[in-house]
Amino acid sequence: MSPARPPEGARSLSEGRAAGPREHPFSTPKIEFDDVSCSFELKGEPFTAVNRLTLTVDDGEIVTLVGPSGCGKSTLMNMAAGLQDPSGGEVRVDGREVHGPGPDRGVIFQQYALFPWLTVRENVAFGLEVAKVPRTQIDDTVQRCLRLVGLEAFADALPKTLSGGMKQRCAIARAYAMDPKVLLMDEPFGALDALTRVTLQDQLLDTWRQDARTIMFITHDVEEAVYLAHRVVVMAARPGRLFKVIPVDLPYPRTEAMRLSAQFLQIRNEVWDAVYHQH
Amino acid sequence: MMTAAPPSAVAPRRRRAPGSLLGLNLLAVALGLGLWIALAALHIAGLPGPLAVLQRAVELVASGALFVDTWASVRRVLIGFAIGTLLAVPAGFLMGWYGWARGLLEPYIQFFRTIPPLAMIPLAIVFLGIGEVPRVFVITLASFLVSVISTYQGVIGVDRVLINAARTLGAGDAVIFRRVVVPASMPFILVGMRTGLGAAWSTLVAAELIAAQEGLGHRMQQAQVYYDLETIFVALITIGLTGMAMDRLLLAIDKRLTVWQERR
Repeated sequence: MSPARPPEGARSLSEGRAAGPREHPFSTPKIEFDDVSCSFELKGEPFTAVNRLTLTVDDGEIVTLVGPSGCGKSTLMNMAAGLQDPSGGEVRVDGREVHGPGPDRGVIFQQYALFPWLTVRENVAFGLEVAKVPRTQIDDTVQRCLRLVGLEAFADALPKTLSGGMKQRCAIARAYAMDPKVLLMDEPFGALDALTRVTLQDQLLDTWRQDARTIMFITHDVEEAVYLAHRVVVMAARPGRLFKVIPVDLPYPRTEAMRLSAQFLQIRNEVWDAVYHQH
Repeated sequence: MMTAAPPSAVAPRRRRAPGSLLGLNLLAVALGLGLWIALAALHIAGLPGPLAVLQRAVELVASGALFVDTWASVRRVLIGFAIGTLLAVPAGFLMGWYGWARGLLEPYIQFFRTIPPLAMIPLAIVFLGIGEVPRVFVITLASFLVSVISTYQGVIGVDRVLINAARTLGAGDAVIFRRVVVPASMPFILVGMRTGLGAAWSTLVAAELIAAQEGLGHRMQQAQVYYDLETIFVALITIGLTGMAMDRLLLAIDKRLTVWQERR
């Protein structure tokens, strides 16, 4: 199950990824937040969502972001996605400054953001059609991505007939179809039940073990943050800033047994403490 | 859109079985007819009974007069409604998509919305004469004003997340407009078209009361002069049934074009 490749080398981005996940620490920076600030008006008052934050996510690394509401984690992700401009500093992906959104950065939204008038297949094909990929190639890629998330049987279903978990898998397939350099996931499993959430976490890690794609993942769930990540970034609010970076020294593949291990619990407690006792 | 539905659970369109609802509908119609017969039997203000009206309807169908009038009316409505909608949809899109278009168009639309289109009839006759043009103009205006607001609401109501999702998939403004904004506002446009058609139809009869040579409104006015209550009833029922038929047709189109919507 290799990641879907885009057409005619339009986005030559997969070189050197075949080696698979490397050992932490990583060497090549993939997403760089360089002294980044972001402020805007909120209900008529100036609001600093992110204040002078510096953070580097390395190539092939999974970084999860946790923190109280208003700590600017979504703003941070939107800046990487190009949906929000920083008011100071610079955001770079692959060494290039981010200007607006683009298919090289796959974004997964909590609200799934599927186009309700398109079938599962048409949703996954959307970005490829925009990129004017030849039809046969689109069909291949869509098929492969649907298989990756286990939705082949629902290719012709409309989103309204799908469960929340299936909707999010469709959204993930839609992002994979563009073969992005990075995945930016904003509380993707937040609206799902606990069982589905665990399944999708394992599915995400399975895919990551094959393609070693850089992932930035926002969550409210401390256990999820630890289970997925190389590093958990804890943020603080008012103004939004980096509070603590906690490395997760557990090997991949992560397993159910690992979730119950003393070491996991210890890291989990450390993250919990950092999130809920910031004073 | 955010609630997790069970797999492949398609929400039923109606709570009640359609059969029992239809039964109630028929019962209501039967009761209404009964009341009508009773009132006619009391000879209140010379009110004709259903049978007399049916008889007149048969006569008018046989002479072809009913078809001529109905067709004249339907044609006016369709032309006015088509022009009104064709103008309203792009105008609504412009207003929803571009701030400058909103700024330029909104004062006029908000102003003319407060004037009943029928109030424009005297002016329309002065400027456009007494032919077909002023009637169609008033109908066009009526359906335009309803449709344009609805389309505009649809465009500004498009879920921001969908637009952002499209942008992250590489879509530019033109693609977002064609592949996200247009389909997302389709339910609003269709609602606008249905109310627009209703507005067009109700404007029509009044427009025909003035200086028309044919049409259901004209037929009623003639009948009124001769105290021909049966013909008035035939025309009224025809107006109702034709309006209902056109609305049902649009509703069926609406259902087909928006099957993707989550209905409760």
